[in-house]
Amino acid sequence: MTAKLFLKTSSSARERAIFSPGKDGEAGDVGSIVDAAGCSQAEKGPLEARSSFQTEPKTLLGGTPVNPSAGAEGPEFDPSRRLFLQMLGAGLVITVLPDVSPGQRRSGGSGPAATVGARLQINRQGVVTVLTGKVEEGQGARAELTQAAAQELRLPVEQVRMVMADTDLVPNDGITAGSRTTPVNVPSVRKAAATARELLKGLAARAWQVDPKTLTVRDGVITQRQGGQTLSYADLARSQDLAEVFKAQIPADVTLTEVAPGDVLGRSVPRPNGRDLVTGRHQYPRDKTAPNMLYGKILRPPSYGATLLAIDLTPARALPGVRVVREGQFVGCVAPSTFRATEALKAIAKTATWKEVPAPSSQALYAHLKRNARPGRRPREHQRGSLDTGFAEATKVLTESYRVAYVQHAPMEPRSATAQWTGDKLTVWTGTDNPHRVRADLARSLGISHEQVRLIVPDMGGGFGGKHSGEAALEAVRLARAVGQPVAVQWTRTEEFTWAYFRPAALIECKAGVNAEGGLCAWDFTNINAGGSALEPPYAIPHSRARTLGSDGPLRQGAYRGLAATANNFARESFIDELAAAAGRDPLAFRRSHLNNERVRVVLEKAVKEFNWEERSQRITPELGVGLACGTEKNSVVATCAEVAIDRRRGRIKVLHVAEAFECGPIINPANLESQVQGCIAMGLGGILREAMAFDKGAILNPSFGKYQVARFEDMPTIDVHLVANHKIPAAGGGETPLIAIAPAVANAVAAATGVRIRSMPMRPELHRLRVRS
Amino acid sequence: MERSMHLTVNGKQTTLITDPSRSLLDVLREELHLTGTKYGCGKSECGACTVMIGDEAVRSCYEDVGDVKDRAITTIEGLSSGETLHAVQEAFLAEGALQCGYCTPGMIMRTVGLLTVDPRPSDEKIISWMNPNICRCGAYPKIMNAIRRASRLMSEVTSK
Repeated sequence: MTAKLFLKTSSSARERAIFSPGKDGEAGDVGSIVDAAGCSQAEKGPLEARSSFQTEPKTLLGGTPVNPSAGAEGPEFDPSRRLFLQMLGAGLVITVLPDVSPGQRRSGGSGPAATVGARLQINRQGVVTVLTGKVEEGQGARAELTQAAAQELRLPVEQVRMVMADTDLVPNDGITAGSRTTPVNVPSVRKAAATARELLKGLAARAWQVDPKTLTVRDGVITQRQGGQTLSYADLARSQDLAEVFKAQIPADVTLTEVAPGDVLGRSVPRPNGRDLVTGRHQYPRDKTAPNMLYGKILRPPSYGATLLAIDLTPARALPGVRVVREGQFVGCVAPSTFRATEALKAIAKTATWKEVPAPSSQALYAHLKRNARPGRRPREHQRGSLDTGFAEATKVLTESYRVAYVQHAPMEPRSATAQWTGDKLTVWTGTDNPHRVRADLARSLGISHEQVRLIVPDMGGGFGGKHSGEAALEAVRLARAVGQPVAVQWTRTEEFTWAYFRPAALIECKAGVNAEGGLCAWDFTNINAGGSALEPPYAIPHSRARTLGSDGPLRQGAYRGLAATANNFARESFIDELAAAAGRDPLAFRRSHLNNERVRVVLEKAVKEFNWEERSQRITPELGVGLACGTEKNSVVATCAEVAIDRRRGRIKVLHVAEAFECGPIINPANLESQVQGCIAMGLGGILREAMAFDKGAILNPSFGKYQVARFEDMPTIDVHLVANHKIPAAGGGETPLIAIAPAVANAVAAATGVRIRSMPMRPELHRLRVRS
Repeated sequence: MERSMHLTVNGKQTTLITDPSRSLLDVLREELHLTGTKYGCGKSECGACTVMIGDEAVRSCYEDVGDVKDRAITTIEGLSSGETLHAVQEAFLAEGALQCGYCTPGMIMRTVGLLTVDPRPSDEKIISWMNPNICRCGAYPKIMNAIRRASRLMSEVTSK
């Protein structure tokens, strides 16, 4: 069953991606993950869910599966020096090879690089190449990790290159997700680079017969203070000894350089390959071609869970150059151009008959979620005090529920993959956040060893948590094997909007009590279906419960930038404003008196000061409102003030001004962090204003940018970003949390101006409530 | 029905045999291997595929190649001359006006189209002109800065 196979494939890939080891506590966020066939993974055992990527391994590609654990017995593949040189291109001579022993770099499940050589290389020009399994998708990892190496090696950034996400060359750094690159991989690259620097100094000291402590390093040149002798990294790279010493393990307790003002860590280093991006020279996953490559299109079911009953393939086969692949429910057309492949697919799609299954519609979504609410697979619950006691103390009790629609990541580059078989060796270029996992999944599906699969992720066109899986890769691989030529599968926007996964919708039920003194005394908060990120309030409330429930989500659900933190913070921060009003208190004063997170307090004070909140909140009119919100997630904190103009006659709103203060520890790259905050605000505006998947009978009704409207230029307010540096903690990631306060700030501004509280993300379906007849 | 036709892209004339109802985008990417022009939606709704045809910024996904065969087409690859970047490219780099960069070629080409008709656009004009182009990363504020900078750069050059 294609649909079923496909869905299972992707949902389990997603699950593994999200549940993969080494991630922080986000796992609970997907406790309610349900595949699009409506089959809750909560009802499957973990093993079943985890193995489902290999559905039909024997028939998948017609190959004979081998024991997946028998990788060492598979065909020999030597990730040779030659390959590595080819990869890096002419003019770069690598003298130190990555450690290629299967136990380290290539095991697929191991952690980051253990040896210095597995993490970095130095060539005879003194250029350092850093190897990382992390992916660049616009978040800035390439620049940050370059800075990390340059900092410790005392090199200009121009002398550092990155090789990212090529499984034949790089260590397994896990999935690029959860804002983990900054807190985890920046330190791991720094440790390797600091170790390398000391090893290089050791080589120089040995050559000069001096104590390494007497040596200093600057711009890749090692100098001995007394003798005035110098040796550059380039000089040392010429010696055979370097290869030997770089086999050293990276100690866990390497001393990292204290970062000082003016250092490279902390500087706005631009995207290292920016020039290739503005000239069109950079090849995204979708741009990769191989000799004799063909283009493939896959037959998609008319609705989720539909089964193909019959199809006539002859109309496609009659077209010149077209080949049709059918393996059970999997049907694809391959041709020398996308145009011809599409033509062929249309010709046979007309002849297909399907068995469809009933599915809920977006109209009935929240009732459906409520009806099916139940303990999730990974429930979260935080409890303090006694709710009975808390509510008994309350003089006012509010009960409200908030709704958050399904949304999609909609990265500008839809899924795509190019697959090329060379003998038994498979090379796949694709856009995924999880290169080693997708490699392993492909190998298992094909019944070949991990070593036979080389998966490469060129810097890709956006992800936002939406590319944790490898659907297009598997499709391209199947077609390429069937036709014996390289094949590119490039999803259309419609396919991306329909067959990728979605951020889970949420129904959030809130009940809280305020006592006679105007203080919050009881708090009961339940997120149905979306998960537990940022579930706990950053407020002191003596009696509280915050929990998640799973449900029967009708769409395929997965990770997203900010995960459920956006939904939870929208509900909480909207509700806080409602409670403040019920207590007769100003929303800022109300927050100030309850905040128990000092870092949140700092950014809140920064945002209100820069926004001039005290004055502007006194000037609210029915047509012009201001609102604020704050929150914390993934060890970073945010506060946002927004000004919104309301057209009461037409029921429209326009966000005019946003001031956002954000803090995620020390700032590694201010310009990049500013871009992330701006980008989060843009994405958050799309979510509060308009974005919502519409669906009925298992089909997406708005699978286009014309109908699913993301934020555009004209939606953008004036944005003031205030980055707050905090040197008391290690650097945390900044690509997600700036998203979580914009939606409630806008909703609060609208409510402040009009008295109309819209408890829905997006607001659009309820904007008519703002209309007044003149 | 396939036909033989001439296409002039980035100053070079090529002859190819293809179906005239194929999109210009497909032909640029798959026949001429000019992959700098991006597919974003295929429906003229995002602007990632923007190229210049003559002096006009056009979405190549929505143009049949048969309709543009006698026109001068410029893609992102043809914008710079050798290693010297076009002022708009310079401005995008200088302002850091990109994140994933996938929309960037389309943004740059549309900006070139804007500055061709209006070398000193107001912010309002920039917003309305650029609105058809989507940047999902939300680099809009820095793209605005880049367009303002490009306008300055280009007017400095012409006033010299």
